[in-house]
Amino acid sequence: MDLSFSPEELAFRDEVREWIRTAMPPRLRAIAEVDGHFGVDETMEWHRILHRKGWVAPHWPRKFGGPGLDVTRRFILTEELELSGAPQLLPFGLSMVGPLIMQFGDEAQQARYLPKILSGEEKWCQGYSEPNAGSDLAAVRLTAEDAGDHFVLNGQKTWTTYAQYADWIFLLARTDTGAKKQAGISFLLCDMKSEGVRVRPTLTIGGTHAFCDTFFEDVRVPKENLVGPLHGGWTLAKALLGHERTLVAAVGSSARTLLRAKRIAQSTTRGGRPLADDPVVRAKIARMECRLEALKMANYRALAGAKQGHAPGAESSILKLCGSEIIQGMYELCLDLMGADALTWMNEPGVVPAWEDWVGPNYNYLRAATIYAGSNEIQKNIIAKLILGLPS
Amino acid sequence: MNFDLTDDQRLLVDTVTSFVKKESPVERFRKLRDDEEGVGWSRDVMRKFGELGWLAVPFSEDDGGLGGSMVDVALILEQLGAALAPEPFLASIVLGGLAIAHAGDAAQRARWLPDVIAGDKTLAFAHLEEGSRYDAHHVSTRAERTGTGFRLTGRKRWVLNGHAADAIVVVARTSGDVGAREGISLFVVDRGAPGVQITTVRTMDGHRAAMIALDGVEVGAESLLGTEGAALPIVERVLDGATAAACAEGLGLMTQSLQRTRDYLVDREQFGVKIGTFQALQHRAVDMFVETELTRGTTILAALRADDPDPLQRMRGVSVAKVQLARGGRYVVQQAIQLHGGIGITDEADVGLYFKRMHVLESLFGDEDWHLSRVSSPG
Ligand SMILES: Cc1cc2nc3c(=O)[nH]c(=O)nc-3n(C[C@H](O)[C@H](O)[C@H](O)COP(=O)(O)OP(=O)(O)OC[C@H]3O[C@@H](n4cnc5c(N)ncnc54)[C@H](O)[C@@H]3O)c2cc1C
Repeated sequence: MDLSFSPEELAFRDEVREWIRTAMPPRLRAIAEVDGHFGVDETMEWHRILHRKGWVAPHWPRKFGGPGLDVTRRFILTEELELSGAPQLLPFGLSMVGPLIMQFGDEAQQARYLPKILSGEEKWCQGYSEPNAGSDLAAVRLTAEDAGDHFVLNGQKTWTTYAQYADWIFLLARTDTGAKKQAGISFLLCDMKSEGVRVRPTLTIGGTHAFCDTFFEDVRVPKENLVGPLHGGWTLAKALLGHERTLVAAVGSSARTLLRAKRIAQSTTRGGRPLADDPVVRAKIARMECRLEALKMANYRALAGAKQGHAPGAESSILKLCGSEIIQGMYELCLDLMGADALTWMNEPGVVPAWEDWVGPNYNYLRAATIYAGSNEIQKNIIAKLILGLPS
Repeated sequence: MNFDLTDDQRLLVDTVTSFVKKESPVERFRKLRDDEEGVGWSRDVMRKFGELGWLAVPFSEDDGGLGGSMVDVALILEQLGAALAPEPFLASIVLGGLAIAHAGDAAQRARWLPDVIAGDKTLAFAHLEEGSRYDAHHVSTRAERTGTGFRLTGRKRWVLNGHAADAIVVVARTSGDVGAREGISLFVVDRGAPGVQITTVRTMDGHRAAMIALDGVEVGAESLLGTEGAALPIVERVLDGATAAACAEGLGLMTQSLQRTRDYLVDREQFGVKIGTFQALQHRAVDMFVETELTRGTTILAALRADDPDPLQRMRGVSVAKVQLARGGRYVVQQAIQLHGGIGITDEADVGLYFKRMHVLESLFGDEDWHLSRVSSPG
């Protein structure tokens, strides 16, 4: 057992840090410095910068334009990017549909879609959930009717994150209405500019329009946009969900938010002394730090397993569960440390210190972390059944 | 021991409940919130509160009030909280109004309270400062004597209703160093007085508040409330009353969050069944219920103790209740969102409104740590 990075890995980490420091444009750095809010434009600007460096998709194999990094370097790169406060890249292309197309798509699809995901030329969104198919995803009702050389889509997706900015949507559609729930679903790619697609952004408790209702009315999707076998979409759906769950461990974001908590504790005073001097406050911060270290170890163990080619085990199942609660706990800590400044909401700069401006909105929005990517209740059901072998 | 409401109190609860049901559904709050031009609440509705006598409840009959107790105030605020009615009952009555009632002389009370009780005018109470955290004695705003009165200089933060109030009760220091318990005084300052600079700010719950700069504001001697330099006990009493009131409002938020979540569990189907059949969710709802009932008890404690002549009893009872609200209230509003799934994250769902208001109440008048330290201090 060994926890240390090799000298080469450490050198790689230094290289990453140095590159981030010089590559981030001043405008983005100013936002990152105070953990402000990155819009889609800023996020895509950073996407393109990373793409030019070849680091936009650390987990993609060389064959498809990835940097061909080993597991440890991938981890180092991802963690350093998150820790730097740089924009978090949109995951829908790079981490969701991209890997799926690599695994299940044909060569034509790979050639058509992957390069534009990498370059950022095309943005994606995820069309899984529907009003009556959330946790029970296999209940999707949006239909894709066979019309010769194309399908005709009718129905509605909901909670579609960033559909209003997306060029493409990947979706689960019912192609066989007679079959049993899971059996009649197909995985389709649909151009958001197609006639009959309508998007309605929804305001969230985080104060931004983070997701949308997406409506489909007689939308034509060419047959070549089917990925994997007809009626075989459920396998793809599950493959992607497993992937999505490890994504949301959010170790780097939690570490970054812990730094923010410490900054608030330093800059906030009570009776002329920083809160950080108060042993009660220090213990609160330390408690979250310990949870984070535990999560990190779980994450390392999952990574080490993956390195040796083991199937993801218990460690990765708990990553989503704990990771989501820890990022929520980090923001809760920040909000608590702010005292009455926690009242602030989307005010002009200067009402509270700049690094406090987005704490409330992020805290509110991140209540979703225990809901999306398979709610924590659903995660627990899975662990109870598949790992503990409890009867269902 | 007796937890029964009197006939009058039952009548009060009934009138408040039926009024808000008819005239103040949650949609009314949304409209006021989204109206960028407005102050976030309705002057007409505040006047109606006045006509119904609610604004008179805690004031003595000599001052034109009803001589009610903090329990009566709590009963009103619980129902206003449940309806998310944004009118400044807490700021104008429990904070500003009671500060004048407790500290002011007959002339000062006669000058302000009748209009406030009628709902024609509203007040605010400016105590928080940068670096004060929640300590009432941390006051750096200064009031220096002039020939005819005082000159006030300083900055106040997060003044509830400060953006709309006709007058602001300001906590200022007439002597001593920042942090000293002596030397604190109360002044009523007209919103239009030269040197008063009011900046409206938005708060998480969709209300507005004010950051107030006092830049050499000249006030007459008649605006000093009570004895110069001896106001801290009154300030602490007023803040404890407001804390009890916040607990009552929070209880209303919890009750509604629980109710709506229960209804959703009964309504929503996944996997071919009502999600309320899942035991994991049943237990969660039960935990929400338990926290709500515990908070109901501690809110009664706080309301009774808020009027206790013994400050130690008062502080302890109020702090116990605020700690329970901080834990239990937060748990309930967080779980309300969780059990609603995706829809709980939208602004359209009412549970989010209760969630945000709860966080504001938690951040006011002392957070959990501050009240824990009061409970743990020997007195
Ligand atoms: C911010 C945000 C962004 C999202 N982005 C996307 C996106 O881009 N694309 C997309 O397709 N979807 C997206 N989603 C949707 C997300 O995947 C769903 O919200 C999630 O699957 C839960 O479904 P639901 O909202 O219908 O809740 P429901 O399934 O109705 O769940 C309600 C409650 O019941 C619980 N529950 C349900 N079943 C069980 C059970 N068997 N046992 C115990 N408890 C149970 C849930 O845990 C939850 O607490 C997003 C959601 C959010 C909040």
